[in-house]
Amino acid sequence: MLELRTDVTVVGAGPAGVAAAVEASESGARVVLVDDNPKSGGQIWRQGTGQPPAGAQPWLRRLASSTVEHLSGTAVVDVEGARSLFLRRPDGLARVHTGATVLATGSRERFLPFPGWTLPGVMGAGGAQALAKSGWPVRGTRIVVAGSGPLLLAVAHYLKGAGAQVTALVEQAPLGSLIGMAPRLMRHPRKLKQAMSLAAGIRGVRRLYSSWVEAAQGEDAVSSVTVRTPGGRHQIECELVACGFGLVPETRLARLCNAALAEENVQVDSLQRTDVEGLFAAGEITGVGGVDVALAEGRIAGLAAAGDVDAARALSRVRDREQRFAAALEAAFELSPELGALATDATVVCRCEDVTLGELRAYEDARDAKLKTRCGMGACQARMCGPAMRFIGGWKQDSIRPPLFPIETAALAEISAAQTSEAMQ
Amino acid sequence: MKTPDAIVVGAGIVGAACARALARDDRRVLVLDAAPGTAGGATAAGMGHIIITDDSEAQFELCHRSQQLWDELAPEFPVGVQRDECGCVWVAVDDEDLEAAQQKRDYYAARGIRAEVLDQRQLREAEPALAHELVGGLRVPGDTVVYPPAAAEWLLAETERRDGQIRRNAEVVAVASGAVTLADGSALSAPIIVNAAGDRALHLLPDPRLHDLVRPRKGHLAITERGRPLIRHQVAELGYFRSAHGANQSSVAFNVQPRTTGQTLIGSSRQFGATHRAVDHGILARMLERAMELLPGLADLRVIRTWTGFRAATADKLPYIGPVPGHEGLFVATGHEGLGITTSLGTGGIIAAQVRGETPFIDAAPYRLDRPVAEWSVA
Ligand SMILES: Cc1cc2nc3c(=O)[nH]c(=O)nc-3n(C[C@H](O)[C@H](O)[C@H](O)COP(=O)(O)OP(=O)(O)OC[C@H]3O[C@@H](n4cnc5c(N)ncnc54)[C@H](O)[C@@H]3O)c2cc1C
Ligand SMILES: Cc1cc2nc3c(=O)[nH]c(=O)nc-3n(C[C@H](O)[C@H](O)[C@H](O)COP(=O)(O)OP(=O)(O)OC[C@H]3O[C@@H](n4cnc5c(N)ncnc54)[C@H](O)[C@@H]3O)c2cc1C
Repeated sequence: MLELRTDVTVVGAGPAGVAAAVEASESGARVVLVDDNPKSGGQIWRQGTGQPPAGAQPWLRRLASSTVEHLSGTAVVDVEGARSLFLRRPDGLARVHTGATVLATGSRERFLPFPGWTLPGVMGAGGAQALAKSGWPVRGTRIVVAGSGPLLLAVAHYLKGAGAQVTALVEQAPLGSLIGMAPRLMRHPRKLKQAMSLAAGIRGVRRLYSSWVEAAQGEDAVSSVTVRTPGGRHQIECELVACGFGLVPETRLARLCNAALAEENVQVDSLQRTDVEGLFAAGEITGVGGVDVALAEGRIAGLAAAGDVDAARALSRVRDREQRFAAALEAAFELSPELGALATDATVVCRCEDVTLGELRAYEDARDAKLKTRCGMGACQARMCGPAMRFIGGWKQDSIRPPLFPIETAALAEISAAQTSEAMQ
Repeated sequence: MKTPDAIVVGAGIVGAACARALARDDRRVLVLDAAPGTAGGATAAGMGHIIITDDSEAQFELCHRSQQLWDELAPEFPVGVQRDECGCVWVAVDDEDLEAAQQKRDYYAARGIRAEVLDQRQLREAEPALAHELVGGLRVPGDTVVYPPAAAEWLLAETERRDGQIRRNAEVVAVASGAVTLADGSALSAPIIVNAAGDRALHLLPDPRLHDLVRPRKGHLAITERGRPLIRHQVAELGYFRSAHGANQSSVAFNVQPRTTGQTLIGSSRQFGATHRAVDHGILARMLERAMELLPGLADLRVIRTWTGFRAATADKLPYIGPVPGHEGLFVATGHEGLGITTSLGTGGIIAAQVRGETPFIDAAPYRLDRPVAEWSVA
């Protein structure tokens, strides 16, 4: 197995990770940046066929001219403490011994099941955007963008720009709480400008608030959705539903490292340190908040991990300000509890193992339900159904066991053999 | 519930089997478990091989009778129990193993159990994916496989159907004649108490000398994604018996199971002295390496999860089933080590007979709590 040694390892090459890697490297540390995607930039900055967004360019330029060793297409599959990470690379396994680790693993979309959500044509909002970015033709396709959060706006904008016919943008949050954000937005002129340009870009798209897709219908694929609005139910025809209910922090690696969580987020101090020695966290895994918070947190984490504590502290005002904005945004888009009641007994919740909500109702405890119904036991290991059932039933987070991703038995054996074990005789 | 006729402590497979057996005798049974769910202890970790073994006559008897009970119940199981009549193939790595296979075949034949010795070619036909260097094996067609948590859930549902009740989040701190004490200080009483609290069961008894009769023996497992199964039978190495019963502090043996889900379950390891639930990577590595050595195709199957479990081990490899001397109406059922899924049903039958004041269907003397204490072969 290839053995690497470095001062700082950053996991995740989104805005937080790139900022952390750049700052750590510019302050003199040897840095390895690991990301499982072939391209850097994370969910938001990843270059599809076009150019990365303007905000990304300075960071990607600094990254390119830095000494950061960037390992793309590389996934962390197991750890031995926070300072020894096992990587699966396209060309084999590697182990990195590192002085400090910065986790910037971001978030993934939250799906909440509703009748018909498993029909072909119903997909995640981010997923639909990624598909379109990779060149999948959406021209002329009728698309309903639904769910919650600022991401929907960006997705609708992108799809429309790609020639899709966005027939409705369905947001569950009330218009009032979004208008309530306006005074704050005034104090962040760049965000204001961005929001206005997005809004202008989707002018003409029907926008519904306090509304959600209650069910999707179709024979072999989705052909229409039922949307519940304060004024009653509407039937909207479409070939595609791009839907997402905000984001869930991707904390599996942090939990494998035994870092403490508060609710769904990794807990950090003012220097982005977790409670595990040598382990830092930045970006959406510490709380979902968008690019600007992620950048601010990433910079601090990178500097602190490189030992430049003063420089890190100097950035805390920027971060705190961004965090306040992010918190307000999160509150504005808070999910209505009614969304937890859309699924019926016949609605599939766990797609890997084909488990319906009806089968789960007999259980109060996530682990009990998992053991009896196999919910969450499949290849995705509850990444989809876990957050859904936390929302619907208040269930606890499932525990993490190695490997972090499905991996060949031979590779797992090799990784395991490389780890010292107190129980070895 | 009015005062129950019997309280069973522990809703693992053994407690569940005892509860069902008592309920079938028209006793109102209250089952208590400390966890927020049922069957979450060793029962959630085990492989679910309904197995015949022969370390001793008493061990064989209990397995044999229990396997018959599993077969009798089979038609009633819901699909979730995933019963698979796959049989078992024990593989021989050398001539010594092959000799052991012949001895076992003779032993089983004398006791009415079908088993056939396979030569190298027959083994290859039975399980083409196995390493070609293997010299032969023993096929035991009557062995089956179940999914233990679902089997336990069904036994508990049968108990409830007969007026029984299951209480979760009910941790018992002490058991005595006629009553149990819960962690919140309250007490529940019943004329019959069955202590089936798994590897910690004996710690609920007042006599501290009993506590060390059962020790936790850790095991590791790994499971693959769904796919086309490599093997048709439960497959294990004959050397497993050496590893299972040997004096080593830690050992691994080839023990691989096809699941009805299309997954492959890979075992197993045995370890004394470890009490933490985390995966021990060194042990896991050895276990996987051994499995790939004998079943090379495993190397490319992808593992989705690994986990550990604790077997309640005894020094003489026999469980403790029966009355607690000096405590009227108090019974114990623990110490089933690596056989508790199999032997749960026999255990339930023995306890129910003893509660009725009858002689059980097999001689239960070897499982008495007050049998002479054997020496642990490892520290
Ligand atoms: C026949 C069979 C088939 C199975 N098939 C599958 C399958 O297809 N997919 C699947 O995902 N599972 C499968 N399982 C395993 C099952 O989901 C559980 O993983 C198993 O019961 C072991 O649980 P666990 O210890 O991981 O449980 P958990 O619920 O994860 O944990 C139990 C206890 O261990 C502790 N713990 C958990 N992780 C750690 C850790 N890293 N370090 C220290 N303590 C820890 C927890 O805090 C908890 O107290 C199967 C089990 C059986 C018996
Ligand atoms: C890796 C591995 C593989 C195995 N493979 C097989 C196999 O192939 N075939 C086979 O037959 N057997 C197998 N076994 C053995 C089998 O799993 C166990 O023997 C069996 O599950 C024991 O069941 P139990 O009910 O006694 O214990 P458990 O399942 O541990 O149940 C005990 C219950 O008591 C509860 N409890 C504990 N303390 C208290 C308390 N103070 N108050 C209230 N409740 C309490 C627990 O929460 C738990 O639910 C295997 C075991 C392991 C670890």
